[in-house]
Amino acid sequence: MNDTSGLPPPSSHGEEAIHAERLEVSYQNKIVWRDATFHVRRGEFVAVIGPNGAGKTTLFRLLLGLQRPRSGALTLLDKAPRRGNPIIGYVPQRHAIDNETHIGCESIVRMGISGHRWGPGLSFRRDRETAAAALAAVGASGLAHKSLGTLSGGELQRIFLAEAMVGNPEMLLLDEPLSNLDLRRSRELVELVAGLVRSRNVTTLFVAHDINPLIHHLDKVIYIANGKVATGTPAEVLTSERLSALYEVPVEVLHDSRGNLVIVGAEESPGGEAG
Amino acid sequence: MTYFSWNLVTDLRGMWQFEFMRNAFEAGTIIAIVAGIVGYFVVIRRSAFATHALGHVGFSGAAGAVFLGFNPVYGLLLFTTSGATGMALLGRRASTRDVEIGTVLAFMLGLGLLFLSLYNGYATEAYSILFGEVLGISNAGVAFTFWAGVAVLLVLLLVYRPLLFASLDEDVAEAKGLPMIGLGLIFMVLLAVAISIAVQVIGVLLIFALMVTPAASAVRLTRRPSTAVAVSVSIALFSVWSGLFVSWYEPYPPSFFIVSVAFALYVAVRVGSQVKVRIVRPSTTGDRTESGHSSEHA
Repeated sequence: MNDTSGLPPPSSHGEEAIHAERLEVSYQNKIVWRDATFHVRRGEFVAVIGPNGAGKTTLFRLLLGLQRPRSGALTLLDKAPRRGNPIIGYVPQRHAIDNETHIGCESIVRMGISGHRWGPGLSFRRDRETAAAALAAVGASGLAHKSLGTLSGGELQRIFLAEAMVGNPEMLLLDEPLSNLDLRRSRELVELVAGLVRSRNVTTLFVAHDINPLIHHLDKVIYIANGKVATGTPAEVLTSERLSALYEVPVEVLHDSRGNLVIVGAEESPGGEAG
Repeated sequence: MTYFSWNLVTDLRGMWQFEFMRNAFEAGTIIAIVAGIVGYFVVIRRSAFATHALGHVGFSGAAGAVFLGFNPVYGLLLFTTSGATGMALLGRRASTRDVEIGTVLAFMLGLGLLFLSLYNGYATEAYSILFGEVLGISNAGVAFTFWAGVAVLLVLLLVYRPLLFASLDEDVAEAKGLPMIGLGLIFMVLLAVAISIAVQVIGVLLIFALMVTPAASAVRLTRRPSTAVAVSVSIALFSVWSGLFVSWYEPYPPSFFIVSVAFALYVAVRVGSQVKVRIVRPSTTGDRTESGHSSEHA
């Protein structure tokens, strides 16, 4: 049975990857969202959906230990979040890469292996092999010696995914990896991530603006809007009733013949780009 | 004064009979190595303007030291490290706040001017701080440069990988637990020391030629950071050595030749990489959108 009641489970069990209870978070002294209670099981593929500025990245900052909640409890695999947590692979939204970025893909993936170590590096060969394996796992072996600045959006996301996966993390946090991709590349990247989630049992939180490329692969949705957080399976959360309650205005969820969603009435439609 | 022969060994032996020439080569070599490495981080962190500004901050420090009767390099070190610390503590990416930096830069240059006029104006002092006086480096100056250079290199060896990570991939490095402000501070202080010793060779106004130009060429020649550092150092060394070499035979300032060699190499790399792009991809420009594949058939 899925945990969808919004209530904490009767007892803590080992299969729980994230446990959040009555979380309240703020950013620059303003409350972003409050009273968030949800849990994510190990190996689940979870979409984090909501309008811009709703606090999706803030959720990641909490999990990464870069920010503390104002109140409430949050645990990752039964431990408190902390900075530098090796169980997490993280792909931030990146803006700094342009065609003046003259760095090879293999080099950036190797940052994920040994970039945080002090002193001179002595494990060049092992690092290179690990990086090659990570690039192969995301189907990007051919890009190893290309410069980041020359890659397309989809290729870049594969490289960042390889960098995040390189330490075999138990949890992946992906912040808007689809933001610069067209629908076809979006679906390809989602297939790739879903494959990693299933084959490696890595719990994955995937921030997206549009749920449609993800919808057939998801176990759970965390929907953040209007200072509140709703969680459950896509079928449970993405309903006219739940979203109307979340936004406190009438919202309608429409379905097309291929299972795509269009959300009408929210300030900013996260399902607006019909494919 | 010896004359140019096509025998390099004889030429160099001729020059190195003179202490000022030996000192120039020794100090220039140390400075080229330090500037080549630190310059790579300047380029990937995009803090070229901060480098320029620190040079100017150093100018007022050097001028102040001259006015008070100290060795200008101590004034340089004091002012550049203070300025660097200030910039680093302002937070991540403070080095890209060009309006604020420019405001401070102009004031510091003015302050330096005041110090120099108070000193009762030996124009040569101002001139050597602004444009470098590589042929005037004393034995003590070489020793100081050596120890400062060794200190910078030792610290770099220790922080190389985290600094690279923090420079290339800020958000992930922060999430991995690296001390971002601490690394920024270490980098800025290393930059300050490197600038302070490099000013002897090239002066505050030409600091770009050693701190930025070689690394800017290097990143276009290789995509691997460690190789780029090596190439950057090589270009800096070649610029300094050939500049000094030519200046032995010509009556013009060595700084001019050093800057010219570094610039010529940079232009060659830019032109060369354009040509290469044309050959490899005759009709497309680097496309970052996904639609580039069919764009040339219109």
